[in-house]
Amino acid sequence: MLRDDLDMDHQYSLSANHDEEHGKAIRKKIWFVTALLTIITIVEVSIGAFVKQYDVGVANNFWPFVKWFFIILTLVKAGYIVLSFMHLGDERKNFRYMVLGPYFLFIVYLIFHLLTEASYWNEILHQ
Amino acid sequence: MAGHSENVDSATLWSGGGSPFRLSYGKQMMWFFLISDALTFGGLLATYGYFRHQFGDWPVGEEVFNAMPFLGNGFPLLYVALMTFILIVSSVTMVLAVEAGHRLDKKGVIKWLTLTVIGGAFFVASQGWEWYHFIHGSHYGVILTPETMNDGWATIREVAGGGFSLDYGHGQLITDPALVSQYMAEPMGAIQGANMTENEYAPMIPQFGNLFFFITGFHGFHVLSGVVINLLVLINVRKGVYDERGHFEMVEKVGLYWHFVDLVWVFVFTFFYLV
Repeated sequence: MLRDDLDMDHQYSLSANHDEEHGKAIRKKIWFVTALLTIITIVEVSIGAFVKQYDVGVANNFWPFVKWFFIILTLVKAGYIVLSFMHLGDERKNFRYMVLGPYFLFIVYLIFHLLTEASYWNEILHQ
Repeated sequence: MAGHSENVDSATLWSGGGSPFRLSYGKQMMWFFLISDALTFGGLLATYGYFRHQFGDWPVGEEVFNAMPFLGNGFPLLYVALMTFILIVSSVTMVLAVEAGHRLDKKGVIKWLTLTVIGGAFFVASQGWEWYHFIHGSHYGVILTPETMNDGWATIREVAGGGFSLDYGHGQLITDPALVSQYMAEPMGAIQGANMTENEYAPMIPQFGNLFFFITGFHGFHVLSGVVINLLVLINVRKGVYDERGHFEMVEKVGLYWHFVDLVWVFVFTFFYLV
């Protein structure tokens, strides 16, 4: 009796044991991603601390751009964590799509509905 | 059958072929769990977005979270940045533990996994400190004022030379001592700190406190469970359980969970603190 996941030596993650040389290349990539995530976090916090949303009560017109910049940087960070650290980028394509496809479909749908509804209420309440 | 994959013959399961995802049973199930957990967090953060868009006026992260342990206030976002950095680093040490596991390097796994546990514990403790600070609030809190003044509330601030001023929104101050003492003598109410029904950061939006407690609390509980699970796997590694198996896949599986916790924090950090 074989475990289905121990079978087929070269294709399963369990058998993905590698030698020292291969490990070196992997570690190099890990440190690259680490540096990238650190730099992004430092940039985010510096902008967050120095660009003010309000200047003595007056809203900063530039803020919406900063906000979208933050959201894009966050998605970049999330992408590196999921695809590199969680190894999803190296899984089979069908598995990748099965994980990400339904999730994005549902979440984008939910965000669209909730924010549309909330903005409508905001208009009504602040007329 | 489920949960007992060691008893299933590959010939029976996939008619002699391999799993279509070329992924072990355990890792696949961990991914399924993470998808459902991600939907929960997605729903919570979308709810946060709902209230934020509905109220329009929302507290500014760098004004609410500007304290450092032992140093007091005036350090916008600095401590939470440190927490975020530590959690990212603990994610890195986790990948390094997984990589060491692939080389069957038991010593390496123990080293990196120990560092991961320490980083996680530091993060949970920091979140406890954040909560403590959030619940206690600023030194003098806020007073409720007549609706004509801004949104009906003002933060009490100490003036360097003695006395107080009232901040009624992002640095707009009332400094006239007569007016300040008039407002402070007969406030329509006062709030200090935060709980589930009121908070001084957004006196008109109790949901701000609720969402903060629920979302960071739910995440913090995930981190705590992650630290415990990592610790259990670390004990197993030391006992040599995975040497016997011939692979360290369990480290990889708990690693997936640990990275997920880091992933959620990236979003919580952005939407609670930065934006």
